[in-house]
Amino acid sequence: MTLAIGDEAPDFTLPDTSGDDHSLPRDEVAAVVFTCNHCPYALAWHDRIVDAARDYPDVRFFAINPNDAERYPNDSFEAMRERVERDGGWPLPYLHDESQEVARGYGARTTPHVFVVDADGRVRYAGAPDSDHRDPGQRAAWLREALDSVRAGRDPEPAETEPVGCSVKWKR
Amino acid sequence: MRIEFLWWEGCPSHPEALADLESVLRAEGLDPGTVERREVTTDAQAVHERFPGSPTIRIDGEDIQSAPNGEPFSLTCRVYRLRDGRPSPVPDPDDVRDAVRRARDAVRQAKEER
Repeated sequence: MTLAIGDEAPDFTLPDTSGDDHSLPRDEVAAVVFTCNHCPYALAWHDRIVDAARDYPDVRFFAINPNDAERYPNDSFEAMRERVERDGGWPLPYLHDESQEVARGYGARTTPHVFVVDADGRVRYAGAPDSDHRDPGQRAAWLREALDSVRAGRDPEPAETEPVGCSVKWKR
Repeated sequence: MRIEFLWWEGCPSHPEALADLESVLRAEGLDPGTVERREVTTDAQAVHERFPGSPTIRIDGEDIQSAPNGEPFSLTCRVYRLRDGRPSPVPDPDDVRDAVRRARDAVRQAKEER
């Protein structure tokens, strides 16, 4: 089940594409984005999430790929590494959730599925980056609104939206 | 003209793609009701149908946008490229329209050559 607004966000420590471990901070606002290589929705929203990561340097962004790479080879750790290299690096770490425990802990349903976590470690927004994967002009508006609100001490509006994308590919 | 629309329920893009296809057909004066709609439900069926991902649209047997070589036939969401290069879960409606026109022209030409 997906975490509810106000729930404590589960800790994690996962490796990025360089092999360095990253953990959820407990004293900073964070954006946790479950995403992947193979899903067209994740790809369509990717640039908007990357732009948001650049525009909010005080927020810790994490991209997490939880998909079963055996059935979806484009989501293997090697393919993740190749993609980041091909892009010349990302402004956020791309983490491999090989056990899928982090995705299960958050209740991630799709790629992408976005969670904004406040400095107290509570989920304050969960859902899609914005309302339309087709419109880059949306600029991840729901994600940005949530970050602006949490940083200003307000409740995001909306706090929860329906995630849209490919289902997380769980191991069988 | 035979138009096939193949989809997999696990990918949420098919209603949007079908709506785009029907809109193009109406604009071109064709009947959307003639579209053959087939759901692909297993990997074995995906291989049998040569289904590179959902959704897939074929007109007279030809995919409206060639799938990348080497892509396995499987139950997955298909990545399309819009005309401006952006990735998308649905084909560019302009590509759908051009594919419909190409197929219609081919039918006309074949009739004229008879």
